[in-house]
Amino acid sequence: MTSQASTEYEKYYVPEKSRLAICATAGLILSIFGAASIMNDMTFGDPEESTYSWSIFLVGLFFFMATLFSWFKIAIDENIAGLNSAQLKKSYVLGMFWFIFSEVMFFFVFFATLYYVRSLVGPWLAGDGEGGRMNYLLWEGFEYAWPMMETPQEAVGGAAVQPIANNGAFTSAHTSMAFADAHAWYAWLPMWNTAVLLTSSLTCHFAHTNILKGDRSKFNRWLGITVALGMFFLYLQFMEYYEAYELFGLTLNSGIYGSTFFMLTGFHGFHVFMGMTMLLIQLLRSVIGKQFTAEDHFGFEASSWYWHFVDVVWVFLFLFVYIL
Amino acid sequence: MGDHHHGPAKGFGRWLFTTNHKDIGTMYLWFSFAMFILGGFFAMVIRAELFQPGMQLIDPAFFNQMTTLHGLIMVFGAIMPSFVGLANWLIPMMIGAPDMALPRMNNWSFWILPPTFLLLASTLFMEGGAPAFGWTFYAPLSTTYAPPSVTFFIFSVHVLGLSSIMGSINIIATVMNMRAPGMTYMKMPLFVWTWLITAFLLVAVMPVLAGAVTMMLMDIHFGTSFFSAAGGGDPVLFQHVFWFFGHPEVYIIILPAFGVVSQIIPAFSRKPLFGYDSMVYATASIAFLSFIVWAHHMYTVGMPVAGELFFMYATMLIAVPTGVKVFNWISTMWRGAMTFETPMLFSIGFLVLFTLGGFTGLMLSIAPADFQYHDSYFVVAHFHYVMVAGAVFSMTAAIYFWLPKWCGRMYNETMGKTHFWISFIGFNLTFFPQHFVGLAGMPRRIPDYALQFADFNMMSSIGAFIYGASQILFLYNVIATIVAGEPTSEEKVWDGAEGLEWTLPTPAPYHTFETPPAVK
Repeated sequence: MTSQASTEYEKYYVPEKSRLAICATAGLILSIFGAASIMNDMTFGDPEESTYSWSIFLVGLFFFMATLFSWFKIAIDENIAGLNSAQLKKSYVLGMFWFIFSEVMFFFVFFATLYYVRSLVGPWLAGDGEGGRMNYLLWEGFEYAWPMMETPQEAVGGAAVQPIANNGAFTSAHTSMAFADAHAWYAWLPMWNTAVLLTSSLTCHFAHTNILKGDRSKFNRWLGITVALGMFFLYLQFMEYYEAYELFGLTLNSGIYGSTFFMLTGFHGFHVFMGMTMLLIQLLRSVIGKQFTAEDHFGFEASSWYWHFVDVVWVFLFLFVYIL
Repeated sequence: MGDHHHGPAKGFGRWLFTTNHKDIGTMYLWFSFAMFILGGFFAMVIRAELFQPGMQLIDPAFFNQMTTLHGLIMVFGAIMPSFVGLANWLIPMMIGAPDMALPRMNNWSFWILPPTFLLLASTLFMEGGAPAFGWTFYAPLSTTYAPPSVTFFIFSVHVLGLSSIMGSINIIATVMNMRAPGMTYMKMPLFVWTWLITAFLLVAVMPVLAGAVTMMLMDIHFGTSFFSAAGGGDPVLFQHVFWFFGHPEVYIIILPAFGVVSQIIPAFSRKPLFGYDSMVYATASIAFLSFIVWAHHMYTVGMPVAGELFFMYATMLIAVPTGVKVFNWISTMWRGAMTFETPMLFSIGFLVLFTLGGFTGLMLSIAPADFQYHDSYFVVAHFHYVMVAGAVFSMTAAIYFWLPKWCGRMYNETMGKTHFWISFIGFNLTFFPQHFVGLAGMPRRIPDYALQFADFNMMSSIGAFIYGASQILFLYNVIATIVAGEPTSEEKVWDGAEGLEWTLPTPAPYHTFETPPAVK
């Protein structure tokens, strides 16, 4: 039964041995140890005492990033050397697909959280249904509206009156991030963000159609525009946060509205940063390394899937965080 | 590529740098056994404290740390990695693949685990002690009232999730892409099927767990209010998110166990598995249902009645595909030429005791009845019947079943059978009385108890010590087999075993199926 099935069979490349996994582990563990120590210094530590937390974190992160860089470089070099059979390439395709699926599930949690607090918790705290007792026993006077401009704690007189059962004072913003003024519609950043990101998805698609035709210069141009739009999005998002913190008083401490707002937009922004970095690397590979052909450009294709994914997340985010 | 065919590298570097699925499988198995011993040691501490009523050995805060770490280490350190190890060893050999699809990532998935569990265990020595909020880490115990070590716990969970996701993506890519020509999906051994579905569950829910701990982290350090009603959040939200992960998680643990038993029972009944197709569909149905039953862990938090009813009926539905499986295993044995070697004993032990655990699960699924059982020792008994007699028994069966194939040496059958009977008696002595004390009202996670529970608790503790001691016999038997077991070179170590892995030489060479076999 172990006879060869077909003479056409290509050998599946199994790398002999590799230091990558051990180095990546070392970097990862150092960085999480450092990150956890930094946070514990911040929350539980003595501000006078100096620690090595930041150094541990930065050394770990640098080592981790350097390992990942080397890992991807090795994988690319193997492909260029012709080691990757069609079957191995399919493994990479499957890997990327299921990785994006796991990311979808990650965002799903925060959207589900938003749904739960908006549709169920808010009304319950305000006395709906079986939650009525909770309202008059704990949060008397709290009225629910979304965006939540007054937290239950504020409704009963703030942290001085209700100091327990939370980790601090929850003070609401005075202005929400929702669309406010039809006369100054052009000043509403999320709309521009949406336009920028949707356009970038389109330009990314044009880059793809051009690499399929084998037109490198047009591919580089469209991909360059996509990366630039990604950076512009991040700039606008930075302005949005500046506006929230400095002008509207919306912070992480602003109760559940601030929590969900920053969690969703923050993780999305981080993913845009990752996607943009991935696309930038593909651009550099094409411009400097003259890599990618009409038939073989999976590095770009995988990054573009990721880019379309963050774009779709933004559409939902725009809908549920800003509009509805 | 020069020394590609000459077998493993020399020295410790072999294990650090390996990309070989068998090496990685072996590391996973040994690591999970080490964690099983560590988690078991914590369980012994718990049972020693509960040997008599009153406070004897440890203080309540430490008791809570023990229950927490016992649960976390057993679930994430012992049971899950042990089945990943089995998947690594067996899936390529069962589908006729040269290795796992992404070998370097495979090694990374493993090597993340040892330092992470070291970090998790080191929280015991940190200021404020280890996490003491139970393995389910409900907010606000795990946020407002948590010890500082919770931050290390949170990051550990993040990277464990990373490891599981990478491991699962690897398994999915292997099964979807690396099957030998002719190995269609419906010809795959059931172990491969159950792992494919398990891997899908892992990729779907580990990110949810990451989201839950991320929200904890934000609440603790950055002033958000996800789990605090004062800011408009809800501690119950934590439970929803956690159990949306947690319920599929228990199937992640048990589905590969189903797969193992579905390989072993036919081998010792000398009959093909009864109802193969229905087994596949039942596994998929269980996986699907696992996503819509999470709130049956939360009947007592004050859900609306409509929610209670939905989750109650959805949970009861799971009994249908699980029943299909149990009937299929029994039908496989029916009129088979059965023999009772150690793997078969553990598989039958699994079948009987897991079914018992399933029945108590059905009792717990009834919302009004659960109001009585909730957070009592009845629940502890229930999930140990499915976790220990389910997952761990089937894992033990798997080791006895495939160990001769792996190392080319036969284990000592008498010692194996002795191990089974001591385990079986020890296990039941530990957990059967817990049904009674639970129904009588003894709450879980409490270091002291009322006097009327004293006798049953003493029985429980004695049983636990017996069960724990029997694992030393197991360890001895495995080591003795590897070092000095009776050599065997028969391809089919078990005459009734079917599958591609039994067509390979014994012991299995370092590289197998570098050219795919023909599958009829």
